Amino acid sequence: MSLKNRKLQYSLAINEALHQMMEIDESVFLIGQGVKSPWYVGNTARGLLERFGDERVIDTPVSENAITGAAVGAAIAGMRPIVVHPRMDFMMYAMDPIINESANWHYMFGGNSTVPVVIWSIINRGGEQAAQHSQALHTLCAHIPGLKVVMPATPYDVKGLMIAAIKDDNPVIYIDDRWLYNLEGDVPEEIYSVPIGKGIICKKGKDITLVSVSYMAIEAIKAAEYLKKEGIDVEVIDLRSVKPIDKELLFESVKKTGRLIIADCGWKTCGFAAEISAMVCENIFEYLKSPIARITLPDTPAPASFALEKVYYPKSNNIIAKIQEVLKWETK
Amino acid sequence: MRKKYNKNFLVGLYRTMMRIRICEESLVEPILRGEVKCPCHLYSGEEAIATGVCAALDESDYIFGSHRSHGHYLAKGCSMPELIAEIYGKETGCSKGRGGSMHLIAPEKGMLGAVPIVGGTISIALGAALASKIRKQKRVTVSFFGDGTTGEGVLYESLNFASLKKLPIIFACENNLYSTHLPIRECRLQNNIFKTGVPFGIPGDRVDGNDVLKVYESTKAAVEICKKGNGPVFIEFLTYRLRGHVGPDDNIHGMRTDIRPKEEIERWQKKDPIKRYERFLFKNKILVKQEVEMIRKEVEQEVNNSFAFALSSSYPKEMELTKYVFKE
Repeated sequence: MSLKNRKLQYSLAINEALHQMMEIDESVFLIGQGVKSPWYVGNTARGLLERFGDERVIDTPVSENAITGAAVGAAIAGMRPIVVHPRMDFMMYAMDPIINESANWHYMFGGNSTVPVVIWSIINRGGEQAAQHSQALHTLCAHIPGLKVVMPATPYDVKGLMIAAIKDDNPVIYIDDRWLYNLEGDVPEEIYSVPIGKGIICKKGKDITLVSVSYMAIEAIKAAEYLKKEGIDVEVIDLRSVKPIDKELLFESVKKTGRLIIADCGWKTCGFAAEISAMVCENIFEYLKSPIARITLPDTPAPASFALEKVYYPKSNNIIAKIQEVLKWETK
Repeated sequence: MRKKYNKNFLVGLYRTMMRIRICEESLVEPILRGEVKCPCHLYSGEEAIATGVCAALDESDYIFGSHRSHGHYLAKGCSMPELIAEIYGKETGCSKGRGGSMHLIAPEKGMLGAVPIVGGTISIALGAALASKIRKQKRVTVSFFGDGTTGEGVLYESLNFASLKKLPIIFACENNLYSTHLPIRECRLQNNIFKTGVPFGIPGDRVDGNDVLKVYESTKAAVEICKKGNGPVFIEFLTYRLRGHVGPDDNIHGMRTDIRPKEEIERWQKKDPIKRYERFLFKNKILVKQEVEMIRKEVEQEVNNSFAFALSSSYPKEMELTKYVFKE
């Protein structure tokens, strides 16, 4: 039973999902670098080793390719593994088992095998960690047929999407953001799923649709709250899943507001924001009253210096400025 | 040797090797005619390895293969008609025409998949072995890969992890002396693939891969080590492909895809694992010539039936192009 208004941290909501799913399903196990280390994956693996033992909570050598492949292989053999990459950048070593193997497996064997694996990776932005400790590579994953990609922004979603990802019979790339780890929110105690491929309207509005994902959903809400005081009514959507994309929710909102701005935590060129923009142009162009705008990272590797980081990562003020610009367009 | 094994077992090995050889060679003409279009990496000459290894396994044991896996698939007891249908791109194929020759699977027979990324299934086999360990099942996984794979980093990552966790996995390296078209001596300085696992604490064996009984015996010993919880094991099987890297082309000096000295091929033709085993069977009076002929006829019939099945099967429906992207 759920306690009303129980607040839980984002990282502890993941932890709760892992505890609950490992408890009810013996085929679920956790594998990856640092699952024994409280420093590496925050609080997310807290208590798992003590409760489930080192056969199901497996800390590994630095060998992303083999370990991810092992998770894929265990899934093929009937388990439901969760493999963690505490720095998404290092997951690039594992692109063969992810892209060549897990994504294609069900298709290339004509449905005769499935890969129910969760590939969990964490974006570690900021903190002067520079280019190889900070990349948000969800677009790269979303490009590949056969992969599902989820990016929860809230403690409620992080638990529900982890559970949905574990239960899914397909490979799911589960990406969270360290900037969200301390965020608190309502999280029911029971086991529940947030459906993969379904977005959510965080705030209803009529003037412009602001689509976001992951950490940018938090900045989007801040921007919308500020603009409300200025008399601008922004509808904020958190898509939650990067693939599949909740087209219905997106199209309904844009049809209503006639304007679209996308706030993504990845790069601009060929990125997730470009895809959202293209989908709207291809399908409901006639509803648009002004050009679509994108808030993304600049097409630049992440800098180390704090002075440069400040301008590299977009915040709510960038969204606010862009929305004001879009709304002026009609009067030009 | 006769006393050690019963006749059925010994004849069974012969029959399996013949099934692989005749099936492989029956693809030559359809490939040359352009009727078979997908890349086929023929296993002719390497039959003793798949046959000997799989004879040491139970049906519930797992195997994973590579681009050259028709032999592994057949030796594990999977359906020849479904193999040929898959090569022809038909809906009745083992991968419903989505995979072709390089993507073979039959989970019910423990054949969990073959794919052409070199080294791609090593870590996947590692995971299947890990799953058996977690579930406390007495089940061994064999990862088949070629000598070229020893250049891939994932092999070393996998050896380390398998050894750390004492996984029931046999790393079966089929050294046919060529990595695509590059001779092994141009791929590595030392001729010591069988020692690959040694730095990781994994025992290694080097076996004449053209001697089916030696292959069987070394694998049987490895299976026992794994089932006692003392895996993994690494085995290098020395062999030679009688056909080219892909398709029927022999890659002989003086021909279009000139890579291999004619004398080298002739030398290996004399070591043909099937002819060699046949001599052994005759010498030990396990089989007589008429029985061999009978087996050949039976196998030819099976191959003909498989082709008839494949040719009369339908192609996948165009409207089902995007089926199987996700498990619904």
